[in-house]
Amino acid sequence: MSKVLMKGNEAIGEAAIRAGCLNYFAYPITPQSEVAEYLSRRMTEVGGVFLQGESEVAVSYMIFGAAACGERVFTTSSSPGISLMSEGISYICGAECPAVFVNIMRGGPGLGGILPSQADYLQATKGIGHGDCRMLVMAPASVQEAVEMVMQAFPLAEKYRNPVMILGDGLIGQMMEPVSFRDDLKVPPTNKDDWATSGMDTRKSTKRNLVKSLYLDPEVLNAHNLKLKAKYDRMRQEEVRYETYNTGGDYRVLIVSYGTMSRVCRSAVDALKARNVETAMVRPQVLFPFPEQAVFDAAAKSSCTHVLSVEMSMGQMVEDIQRSVQGRRPVHWYGKCGGEVPTPEEVMEAVEALLQS
Amino acid sequence: MQSEVMFAGFGGQGILLSGKILAEAAMEKELEVAWVPSYGPEMRGGTAYCTVVISDNPIASPIIRNPMHLVAMNRPSLEKFAGTVKPGGVILVNSSLIPIASGREDVDELSVPVTDIAAGLGNVRTANIVALGAFVARSGIIDFETLKETVRNEFKQKKKFIEMNMAALEEGRKAAA
Repeated sequence: MSKVLMKGNEAIGEAAIRAGCLNYFAYPITPQSEVAEYLSRRMTEVGGVFLQGESEVAVSYMIFGAAACGERVFTTSSSPGISLMSEGISYICGAECPAVFVNIMRGGPGLGGILPSQADYLQATKGIGHGDCRMLVMAPASVQEAVEMVMQAFPLAEKYRNPVMILGDGLIGQMMEPVSFRDDLKVPPTNKDDWATSGMDTRKSTKRNLVKSLYLDPEVLNAHNLKLKAKYDRMRQEEVRYETYNTGGDYRVLIVSYGTMSRVCRSAVDALKARNVETAMVRPQVLFPFPEQAVFDAAAKSSCTHVLSVEMSMGQMVEDIQRSVQGRRPVHWYGKCGGEVPTPEEVMEAVEALLQS
Repeated sequence: MQSEVMFAGFGGQGILLSGKILAEAAMEKELEVAWVPSYGPEMRGGTAYCTVVISDNPIASPIIRNPMHLVAMNRPSLEKFAGTVKPGGVILVNSSLIPIASGREDVDELSVPVTDIAAGLGNVRTANIVALGAFVARSGIIDFETLKETVRNEFKQKKKFIEMNMAALEEGRKAAA
Protein backbone atom coordinates (compact mmCIF):
# COMPACT_ATOMS: atom_id res chain seq x y z
CA MET A 1 0.00 0.00 0.00
CA SER A 2 1.42 3.35 -0.96
CA LYS A 3 2.53 5.59 1.85
CA VAL A 4 2.67 9.34 2.14
CA LEU A 5 4.67 11.43 4.56
CA MET A 6 2.22 13.47 6.59
CA LYS A 7 2.10 15.58 9.67
CA GLY A 8 -0.07 13.99 12.35
CA ASN A 9 -2.52 16.89 12.33
CA GLU A 10 -3.03 16.70 8.57
CA ALA A 11 -3.27 12.93 8.64
CA ILE A 12 -5.98 13.15 11.32
CA GLY A 13 -7.98 15.49 9.08
CA GLU A 14 -7.56 13.23 6.07
CA ALA A 15 -8.46 10.13 8.09
CA ALA A 16 -11.78 11.67 9.12
CA ILE A 17 -12.63 12.34 5.47
CA ARG A 18 -11.62 8.80 4.53
CA ALA A 19 -13.89 7.56 7.30
CA GLY A 20 -16.78 9.34 5.62
CA CYS A 21 -17.01 12.34 7.92
CA LEU A 22 -17.83 15.48 5.97
CA ASN A 23 -18.59 17.82 8.86
CA TYR A 24 -15.82 19.56 10.76
CA PHE A 25 -16.31 22.46 13.15
CA ALA A 26 -13.35 23.86 15.03
CA TYR A 27 -11.57 26.77 16.60
CA PRO A 28 -7.80 27.07 16.10
CA ILE A 29 -5.36 26.42 18.94
CA THR A 30 -1.73 25.29 18.95
CA PRO A 31 -0.56 22.51 18.61
CA GLN A 32 -3.39 21.26 16.41
CA SER A 33 -4.28 24.24 14.19
CA GLU A 34 -2.97 22.41 11.10
CA VAL A 35 -6.05 20.16 11.21
CA ALA A 36 -8.26 23.19 10.61
CA GLU A 37 -5.82 24.62 8.08
CA TYR A 38 -5.80 21.34 6.17
CA LEU A 39 -9.54 20.78 6.30
CA SER A 40 -10.42 24.39 5.42
CA ARG A 41 -9.10 23.46 1.97
CA ARG A 42 -9.76 19.72 1.85
CA MET A 43 -13.37 19.75 3.03
CA THR A 44 -14.36 22.04 0.17
CA GLU A 45 -12.65 19.64 -2.28
CA VAL A 46 -14.78 16.72 -1.12
CA GLY A 47 -18.02 18.65 -0.73
CA GLY A 48 -17.89 18.69 3.05
CA VAL A 49 -18.34 21.47 5.54
CA PHE A 50 -15.65 23.29 7.51
CA LEU A 51 -16.88 26.00 9.79
CA GLN A 52 -14.74 27.91 12.26
CA GLY A 53 -16.85 28.57 15.32
CA GLU A 54 -16.65 31.75 17.31
CA SER A 55 -15.46 29.76 20.33
CA GLU A 56 -14.97 26.18 21.45
CA VAL A 57 -18.24 26.33 23.37
CA ALA A 58 -20.05 27.17 20.13
CA VAL A 59 -18.15 24.42 18.32
CA SER A 60 -19.27 21.80 20.82
CA TYR A 61 -22.91 22.69 20.14
CA MET A 62 -22.36 22.70 16.37
CA ILE A 63 -21.10 19.14 16.87
CA PHE A 64 -24.18 18.35 18.96
CA GLY A 65 -26.48 19.76 16.28
CA ALA A 66 -24.91 17.86 13.40
CA ALA A 67 -24.71 14.64 15.43
CA ALA A 68 -28.37 14.97 16.44
CA CYS A 69 -29.22 15.16 12.74
CA GLY A 70 -27.47 11.83 12.21
CA GLU A 71 -24.40 13.26 10.46
CA ARG A 72 -20.87 12.04 11.00
CA VAL A 73 -19.12 14.98 12.64
CA PHE A 74 -15.90 15.72 14.45
CA THR A 75 -13.75 18.45 15.92
CA THR A 76 -10.17 18.87 17.02
CA SER A 77 -8.79 21.06 19.75
CA SER A 78 -6.16 21.23 22.44
CA SER A 79 -6.42 21.18 26.20
CA PRO A 80 -7.95 24.60 27.09
CA GLY A 81 -10.28 24.29 24.11
CA ILE A 82 -11.47 20.86 25.26
CA SER A 83 -12.21 22.32 28.69
CA LEU A 84 -14.51 24.82 27.01
CA MET A 85 -16.18 22.02 25.05
CA SER A 86 -16.81 19.90 28.08
CA GLU A 87 -20.30 21.29 28.67
CA GLY A 88 -21.35 20.37 25.15
CA ILE A 89 -19.70 16.96 25.45
CA SER A 90 -21.80 16.21 28.52
CA TYR A 91 -24.97 17.20 26.63
CA ILE A 92 -23.93 14.97 23.72
CA CYS A 93 -23.35 12.03 26.08
CA GLY A 94 -26.68 12.72 27.76
CA ALA A 95 -28.49 12.94 24.44
CA GLU A 96 -26.68 9.82 23.20
CA CYS A 97 -25.28 11.22 19.99
CA PRO A 98 -22.18 9.87 18.23
CA ALA A 99 -19.32 12.29 17.56
CA VAL A 100 -15.52 12.32 17.59
CA PHE A 101 -13.40 14.76 19.61
CA VAL A 102 -9.65 14.94 19.06
CA ASN A 103 -7.54 16.45 21.83
CA ILE A 104 -3.92 17.16 20.86
CA MET A 105 -2.74 17.90 24.38
CA ARG A 106 -0.51 20.79 25.42
CA GLY A 107 0.90 21.55 28.84
CA GLY A 108 -1.34 22.97 31.54
CA PRO A 109 -2.99 23.98 33.76
CA GLY A 110 -4.51 27.17 32.42
CA LEU A 111 -2.84 28.32 29.23
CA GLY A 112 0.22 26.28 30.23
CA GLY A 113 2.42 25.89 27.18
CA ILE A 114 2.16 24.62 23.62
CA LEU A 115 4.60 21.71 23.76
CA PRO A 116 3.68 18.00 24.08
CA SER A 117 1.91 16.91 27.23
CA GLN A 118 -0.40 14.18 28.50
CA ALA A 119 -1.83 16.24 31.30
CA ASP A 120 -5.48 15.74 30.31
CA TYR A 121 -5.54 12.05 31.21
CA LEU A 122 -7.88 12.40 34.15
CA GLN A 123 -10.10 14.89 32.35
CA ALA A 124 -10.44 12.59 29.35
CA THR A 125 -10.93 9.33 31.23
CA LYS A 126 -12.88 10.44 34.29
CA GLY A 127 -14.02 14.03 34.08
CA ILE A 128 -14.88 14.94 30.52
CA GLY A 129 -18.10 16.65 31.56
CA HIS A 130 -20.58 17.07 34.36
CA GLY A 131 -22.92 14.25 35.24
CA ASP A 132 -22.35 10.53 34.82
CA CYS A 133 -20.80 10.75 31.40
CA ARG A 134 -17.89 8.84 29.98
CA MET A 135 -16.09 8.76 26.68
CA LEU A 136 -14.19 5.99 24.99
CA VAL A 137 -10.62 7.38 24.89
CA MET A 138 -8.12 6.18 22.29
CA ALA A 139 -4.44 7.10 22.57
CA PRO A 140 -2.30 6.81 19.42
CA ALA A 141 1.49 6.41 19.61
CA SER A 142 2.25 7.12 15.96
CA VAL A 143 0.80 9.05 13.07
CA GLN A 144 -0.31 5.79 11.46
CA GLU A 145 -2.07 4.70 14.62
CA ALA A 146 -3.74 8.13 14.86
CA VAL A 147 -5.11 7.63 11.35
CA GLU A 148 -6.44 4.18 12.18
CA MET A 149 -7.98 5.29 15.47
CA VAL A 150 -9.71 8.26 13.87
CA MET A 151 -11.18 5.95 11.23
CA GLN A 152 -12.30 3.48 13.89
CA ALA A 153 -13.65 6.17 16.17
CA PHE A 154 -16.66 7.01 13.97
CA PRO A 155 -18.16 3.50 13.90
CA LEU A 156 -17.37 3.11 17.62
CA ALA A 157 -19.17 6.37 18.38
CA GLU A 158 -22.16 5.04 16.45
CA LYS A 159 -21.99 1.62 18.08
CA TYR A 160 -22.42 3.26 21.49
CA ARG A 161 -24.23 6.43 20.44
CA ASN A 162 -21.63 8.20 22.52
CA PRO A 163 -18.75 10.54 21.76
CA VAL A 164 -15.28 9.05 21.34
CA MET A 165 -12.08 10.92 22.10
CA ILE A 166 -8.71 10.62 20.38
CA LEU A 167 -6.17 11.74 22.99
CA GLY A 168 -2.83 12.59 21.41
CA ASP A 169 0.04 14.67 22.67
CA GLY A 170 1.44 17.63 20.75
CA LEU A 171 4.13 15.51 19.16
CA ILE A 172 1.59 13.21 17.49
CA GLY A 173 0.11 16.31 15.88
CA GLN A 174 3.37 17.95 14.85
CA MET A 175 5.47 14.96 13.77
CA MET A 176 5.56 13.66 10.20
CA GLU A 177 5.60 9.92 9.59
CA PRO A 178 4.70 7.73 6.62
CA VAL A 179 1.02 6.83 6.62
CA SER A 180 -1.36 4.77 4.57
CA PHE A 181 -5.13 5.01 4.65
CA ARG A 182 -6.70 1.58 4.81
CA ASP A 183 -9.94 1.36 2.87
CA ASP A 184 -11.08 -1.56 4.99
CA LEU A 185 -11.32 0.76 8.00
CA LYS A 186 -14.09 2.69 6.33
CA VAL A 187 -17.38 1.57 7.82
CA PRO A 188 -20.68 2.86 6.36
CA PRO A 189 -22.66 4.99 8.81
CA THR A 190 -25.24 3.12 10.86
CA ASN A 191 -28.92 3.66 10.14
CA LYS A 192 -30.01 6.42 12.48
CA ASP A 193 -33.66 6.56 11.40
CA ASP A 194 -34.93 5.36 14.76
CA TRP A 195 -33.44 8.25 16.75
CA ALA A 196 -31.87 11.06 14.70
CA THR A 197 -33.74 14.27 14.02
CA SER A 198 -32.95 14.05 10.35
CA GLY A 199 -36.31 15.31 9.08
CA MET A 200 -39.48 13.27 8.55
CA ASP A 201 -39.04 13.39 4.77
CA THR A 202 -35.68 11.57 4.96
CA ARG A 203 -36.92 8.37 6.56
CA LYS A 204 -39.68 5.81 6.18
CA SER A 205 -40.77 5.83 9.80
CA THR A 206 -43.62 8.09 10.82
CA LYS A 207 -42.33 8.15 14.41
CA ARG A 208 -41.25 11.55 15.66
CA ASN A 209 -37.64 11.51 16.91
CA LEU A 210 -36.55 13.60 19.84
CA VAL A 211 -32.93 14.21 20.91
CA LYS A 212 -32.54 15.65 24.40
CA SER A 213 -30.65 15.39 27.67
CA LEU A 214 -33.31 16.89 29.94
CA TYR A 215 -35.20 14.38 32.11
CA LEU A 216 -37.01 16.11 34.96
CA ASP A 217 -38.72 13.00 36.28
CA PRO A 218 -36.26 11.47 38.80
CA GLU A 219 -37.25 7.91 38.00
CA VAL A 220 -36.87 8.47 34.28
CA LEU A 221 -33.51 10.20 34.76
CA ASN A 222 -32.32 7.36 36.98
CA ALA A 223 -33.34 4.83 34.33
CA HIS A 224 -31.59 6.94 31.68
CA ASN A 225 -28.38 6.94 33.73
CA LEU A 226 -28.62 3.18 34.25
CA LYS A 227 -28.88 2.82 30.48
CA LEU A 228 -25.78 4.99 30.01
CA LYS A 229 -23.96 3.00 32.68
CA ALA A 230 -24.77 -0.20 30.81
CA LYS A 231 -23.11 1.30 27.74
CA TYR A 232 -19.96 2.23 29.68
CA ASP A 233 -19.90 -1.28 31.18
CA ARG A 234 -20.19 -2.73 27.71
CA MET A 235 -17.21 -0.60 26.64
CA ARG A 236 -15.27 -2.13 29.54
CA GLN A 237 -16.12 -5.58 28.17
CA GLU A 238 -15.56 -4.95 24.49
CA GLU A 239 -13.20 -2.06 23.88
CA VAL A 240 -10.11 -2.72 26.00
CA ARG A 241 -7.09 -2.43 23.77
CA TYR A 242 -3.41 -2.58 24.63
CA GLU A 243 -0.01 -3.75 23.47
CA THR A 244 2.64 -5.52 25.52
CA TYR A 245 6.38 -5.27 25.02
CA ASN A 246 9.04 -7.65 26.30
CA THR A 247 6.59 -9.35 28.69
CA GLY A 248 7.61 -12.85 27.52
CA GLY A 249 10.53 -13.47 29.90
CA ASP A 250 11.28 -12.45 33.46
CA TYR A 251 11.50 -8.77 34.30
CA ARG A 252 11.87 -6.73 37.45
CA VAL A 253 10.05 -3.57 36.50
CA LEU A 254 6.82 -3.22 34.58
CA ILE A 255 6.41 0.11 32.80
CA VAL A 256 2.95 1.35 31.90
CA SER A 257 2.98 4.15 29.36
CA TYR A 258 0.96 5.39 26.39
CA GLY A 259 1.21 7.68 23.36
CA THR A 260 4.55 9.28 22.47
CA MET A 261 5.85 8.52 25.95
CA SER A 262 5.46 4.77 25.33
CA ARG A 263 7.78 5.01 22.33
CA VAL A 264 10.46 6.58 24.49
CA CYS A 265 9.89 3.78 27.03
CA ARG A 266 10.28 1.19 24.28
CA SER A 267 13.75 2.59 23.55
CA ALA A 268 14.48 2.51 27.29
CA VAL A 269 13.37 -1.15 27.58
CA ASP A 270 15.73 -2.07 24.72
CA ALA A 271 18.66 -0.10 26.13
CA LEU A 272 18.14 -1.54 29.63
CA LYS A 273 18.10 -5.04 28.16
CA ALA A 274 21.54 -4.34 26.71
CA ARG A 275 22.65 -3.60 30.29
CA ASN A 276 21.06 -6.86 31.51
CA VAL A 277 18.24 -5.03 33.28
CA GLU A 278 14.99 -6.67 32.20
CA THR A 279 11.89 -4.53 32.06
CA ALA A 280 8.58 -4.88 30.26
CA MET A 281 5.81 -2.56 29.17
CA VAL A 282 2.05 -2.51 28.84
CA ARG A 283 0.89 0.25 26.51
CA PRO A 284 -2.80 1.06 26.79
CA GLN A 285 -4.08 1.97 23.32
CA VAL A 286 -7.46 2.71 24.81
CA LEU A 287 -7.32 4.64 28.12
CA PHE A 288 -10.98 4.33 29.00
CA PRO A 289 -11.72 1.50 29.39
CA PHE A 290 -8.34 0.85 31.02
CA PRO A 291 -6.62 -2.53 30.41
CA GLU A 292 -6.94 -3.55 34.07
CA GLN A 293 -6.52 -7.28 33.57
CA ALA A 294 -3.48 -6.92 31.30
CA VAL A 295 -1.75 -4.62 33.79
CA PHE A 296 -2.67 -6.94 36.67
CA ASP A 297 -1.33 -10.01 34.85
CA ALA A 298 1.92 -8.32 33.82
CA ALA A 299 2.50 -6.89 37.31
CA ALA A 300 1.66 -10.17 39.03
CA LYS A 301 4.56 -11.99 37.39
CA SER A 302 6.74 -13.30 40.22
CA SER A 303 9.93 -11.64 38.94
CA CYS A 304 8.26 -8.21 38.86
CA THR A 305 8.89 -6.13 41.96
CA HIS A 306 7.87 -2.63 40.84
CA VAL A 307 5.42 -0.98 38.50
CA LEU A 308 6.33 2.39 37.00
CA SER A 309 3.89 4.76 35.36
CA VAL A 310 5.75 6.89 32.83
CA GLU A 311 3.67 9.80 31.62
CA MET A 312 3.92 13.45 30.59
CA SER A 313 1.65 14.32 33.50
CA MET A 314 2.04 14.38 37.25
CA GLY A 315 1.05 10.81 38.01
CA GLN A 316 -2.48 10.99 36.64
CA MET A 317 -2.41 7.38 35.43
CA VAL A 318 -1.04 6.02 38.72
CA GLU A 319 -4.50 5.55 40.25
CA ASP A 320 -5.72 3.47 37.32
CA ILE A 321 -2.62 1.30 37.57
CA GLN A 322 -2.95 0.93 41.35
CA ARG A 323 -6.56 -0.06 40.90
CA SER A 324 -5.52 -2.66 38.34
CA VAL A 325 -2.61 -4.04 40.38
CA GLN A 326 -4.82 -4.25 43.48
CA GLY A 327 -2.01 -3.65 45.94
CA ARG A 328 0.11 -6.58 44.78
CA ARG A 329 3.01 -4.34 43.72
CA PRO A 330 4.11 -0.80 44.58
CA VAL A 331 3.24 1.64 41.80
CA HIS A 332 5.64 4.53 41.17
CA TRP A 333 5.64 7.50 38.88
CA TYR A 334 8.12 9.15 36.59
CA GLY A 335 7.38 11.97 34.20
CA LYS A 336 7.76 15.54 33.09
CA CYS A 337 5.03 17.98 32.42
CA GLY A 338 6.53 21.16 31.02
CA GLY A 339 6.54 20.17 27.39
CA GLU A 340 9.92 18.47 27.31
CA VAL A 341 9.51 14.82 26.41
CA PRO A 342 11.66 12.69 28.75
CA THR A 343 14.49 10.90 26.97
CA PRO A 344 15.09 7.13 27.05
CA GLU A 345 18.11 7.85 29.27
CA GLU A 346 15.94 9.65 31.81
CA VAL A 347 13.46 6.77 31.87
CA MET A 348 16.38 4.36 32.33
CA GLU A 349 17.64 6.40 35.28
CA ALA A 350 14.18 6.31 36.84
CA VAL A 351 14.06 2.52 36.47
CA GLU A 352 17.55 2.07 37.87
CA ALA A 353 16.79 4.37 40.79
CA LEU A 354 13.78 2.19 41.61
CA LEU A 355 15.88 -0.95 41.58
CA GLN A 356 18.44 0.60 43.90
CA SER A 357 15.82 1.87 46.33
CA MET B 1 20.54 0.53 11.95
CA GLN B 2 19.22 3.97 12.89
CA SER B 3 20.54 7.37 11.96
CA GLU B 4 19.39 10.83 12.92
CA VAL B 5 19.99 14.17 11.26
CA MET B 6 19.33 17.54 12.81
CA PHE B 7 18.77 20.49 10.50
CA ALA B 8 19.03 23.86 12.23
CA GLY B 9 19.06 27.51 11.26
CA PHE B 10 16.98 30.69 11.12
CA GLY B 11 13.26 30.53 10.49
CA GLY B 12 12.92 31.11 6.74
CA GLN B 13 16.07 29.24 5.69
CA GLY B 14 14.07 26.22 4.55
CA ILE B 15 15.19 24.08 7.47
CA LEU B 16 11.94 22.18 7.83
CA LEU B 17 11.76 21.58 4.08
CA SER B 18 15.30 20.15 3.89
CA GLY B 19 14.37 17.69 6.60
CA LYS B 20 11.11 16.79 4.93
CA ILE B 21 12.84 16.10 1.60
CA LEU B 22 15.38 13.83 3.29
CA ALA B 23 12.58 12.01 5.12
CA GLU B 24 10.63 11.54 1.89
CA ALA B 25 13.70 10.27 0.06
CA ALA B 26 14.31 7.72 2.83
CA MET B 27 10.65 6.71 2.74
CA GLU B 28 11.02 6.06 -1.00
CA LYS B 29 13.76 3.59 -0.08
CA GLU B 30 11.20 1.86 2.17
CA LEU B 31 12.98 2.90 5.33
CA GLU B 32 11.14 3.91 8.48
CA VAL B 33 11.23 7.66 9.04
CA ALA B 34 10.05 10.27 11.51
CA TRP B 35 10.32 14.04 11.05
CA VAL B 36 10.11 15.96 14.27
CA PRO B 37 10.01 19.76 14.13
CA SER B 38 10.74 22.28 16.78
CA TYR B 39 7.52 24.08 17.25
CA GLY B 40 7.05 26.88 19.63
CA PRO B 41 7.27 30.62 20.02
CA GLU B 42 10.96 30.44 19.06
CA MET B 43 9.96 29.66 15.47
CA ARG B 44 8.78 33.17 14.77
CA GLY B 45 11.98 34.76 13.48
CA GLY B 46 14.19 32.77 15.81
CA THR B 47 15.90 29.42 15.40
CA ALA B 48 14.12 26.63 13.59
CA TYR B 49 15.21 23.04 13.72
CA CYS B 50 13.96 19.62 12.91
CA THR B 51 15.22 16.10 13.40
CA VAL B 52 14.84 13.34 10.85
CA VAL B 53 15.13 9.78 12.13
CA ILE B 54 15.82 7.10 9.54
CA SER B 55 15.85 3.42 10.44
CA ASP B 56 15.41 -0.01 8.94
CA ASN B 57 13.33 -0.96 11.98
CA PRO B 58 10.22 0.67 13.43
CA ILE B 59 11.33 3.84 15.21
CA ALA B 60 10.86 3.71 18.96
CA SER B 61 11.58 7.13 20.42
CA PRO B 62 11.39 9.88 17.80
CA ILE B 63 12.79 12.36 20.34
CA ILE B 64 16.53 12.63 19.75
CA ARG B 65 18.86 14.63 21.98
CA ASN B 66 22.06 13.29 20.40
CA PRO B 67 21.75 13.11 16.62
CA MET B 68 24.24 11.28 14.42
CA HIS B 69 24.59 14.31 12.13
CA LEU B 70 24.03 18.06 12.14
CA VAL B 71 23.42 20.52 9.31
CA ALA B 72 23.98 23.97 10.83
CA MET B 73 22.81 26.86 8.71
CA ASN B 74 23.61 29.67 11.16
CA ARG B 75 25.94 30.37 14.05
CA PRO B 76 23.51 30.01 16.97
CA SER B 77 22.54 26.56 15.67
CA LEU B 78 26.14 25.40 15.50
CA GLU B 79 26.87 26.77 18.96
CA LYS B 80 23.77 25.17 20.41
CA PHE B 81 23.92 21.74 18.82
CA ALA B 82 27.56 20.96 17.85
CA GLY B 83 28.17 19.40 21.24
CA THR B 84 25.20 17.05 20.93
CA VAL B 85 26.36 15.25 17.78
CA LYS B 86 27.51 11.65 18.20
CA PRO B 87 31.19 10.95 17.56
CA GLY B 88 31.82 9.96 13.96
CA GLY B 89 28.88 11.95 12.60
CA VAL B 90 28.93 14.66 9.97
CA ILE B 91 28.62 18.32 10.94
CA LEU B 92 27.92 20.55 7.97
CA VAL B 93 28.80 24.16 8.70
CA ASN B 94 27.35 26.92 6.49
CA SER B 95 30.60 28.89 6.32
CA SER B 96 28.87 31.80 4.53
CA LEU B 97 27.22 32.74 7.81
CA ILE B 98 29.30 30.91 10.40
CA PRO B 99 32.81 32.25 10.96
CA ILE B 100 33.69 29.58 13.53
CA ALA B 101 34.24 25.83 13.52
CA SER B 102 32.42 23.22 15.61
CA GLY B 103 35.42 22.66 17.86
CA ARG B 104 34.85 18.92 17.65
CA GLU B 105 37.78 16.63 16.81
CA ASP B 106 35.73 13.44 16.70
CA VAL B 107 33.34 14.29 13.88
CA ASP B 108 33.55 14.73 10.12
CA GLU B 109 33.25 18.49 9.82
CA LEU B 110 32.33 19.79 6.41
CA SER B 111 32.54 23.52 5.84
CA VAL B 112 30.56 24.73 2.81
CA PRO B 113 29.56 28.32 1.95
CA VAL B 114 26.07 27.20 1.01
CA THR B 115 24.49 30.67 1.10
CA ASP B 116 27.16 32.07 -1.23
CA ILE B 117 26.82 29.09 -3.55
CA ALA B 118 23.05 29.59 -3.64
CA ALA B 119 23.49 33.31 -4.35
CA GLY B 120 25.82 32.37 -7.19
CA LEU B 121 23.05 30.20 -8.63
CA GLY B 122 20.78 33.23 -8.63
CA ASN B 123 18.56 32.43 -5.66
CA VAL B 124 19.77 32.54 -2.10
CA ARG B 125 16.68 30.58 -1.05
CA THR B 126 18.18 27.41 -2.53
CA ALA B 127 20.84 27.43 0.20
CA ASN B 128 18.96 24.67 2.06
CA ILE B 129 19.06 22.46 -1.04
CA VAL B 130 22.77 23.13 -1.55
CA ALA B 131 23.30 22.09 2.06
CA LEU B 132 21.15 18.99 1.62
CA GLY B 133 23.10 17.96 -1.48
CA ALA B 134 26.41 18.45 0.29
CA PHE B 135 25.26 16.61 3.41
CA VAL B 136 23.81 13.60 1.59
CA ALA B 137 26.88 13.33 -0.66
CA ARG B 138 29.20 13.39 2.35
CA SER B 139 27.24 11.18 4.72
CA GLY B 140 25.90 8.72 2.15
CA ILE B 141 22.78 8.46 4.30
CA ILE B 142 20.77 7.74 1.15
CA ASP B 143 21.81 7.46 -2.46
CA PHE B 144 22.08 10.71 -4.36
CA GLU B 145 19.84 9.63 -7.24
CA THR B 146 16.91 9.03 -4.87
CA LEU B 147 17.49 12.46 -3.38
CA LYS B 148 17.41 14.05 -6.84
CA GLU B 149 14.19 12.25 -7.65
CA THR B 150 12.61 13.42 -4.40
CA VAL B 151 13.62 17.04 -4.97
CA ARG B 152 12.21 16.88 -8.49
CA ASN B 153 8.99 15.50 -7.05
CA GLU B 154 8.86 18.13 -4.32
CA PHE B 155 8.80 20.94 -6.87
CA LYS B 156 6.59 19.23 -9.44
CA GLN B 157 3.84 21.82 -8.88
CA LYS B 158 6.36 24.63 -9.46
CA LYS B 159 8.25 23.41 -12.49
CA LYS B 160 10.28 26.58 -12.96
CA PHE B 161 12.10 25.83 -9.69
CA ILE B 162 13.14 22.30 -10.60
CA GLU B 163 16.16 23.18 -12.66
CA MET B 164 17.49 25.65 -10.11
CA ASN B 165 17.12 23.14 -7.27
CA MET B 166 18.78 20.40 -9.31
CA ALA B 167 21.70 22.74 -9.87
CA ALA B 168 21.74 23.52 -6.15
CA LEU B 169 21.95 19.81 -5.27
CA GLU B 170 24.76 19.31 -7.76
CA GLU B 171 26.75 22.27 -6.45
CA GLY B 172 26.32 20.92 -2.96
CA ARG B 173 27.60 17.52 -4.04
CA LYS B 174 30.66 19.08 -5.67
CA ALA B 175 31.41 21.14 -2.59
CA ALA B 176 31.33 18.01 -0.43
CA ALA B 177 33.74 16.08 -2.61
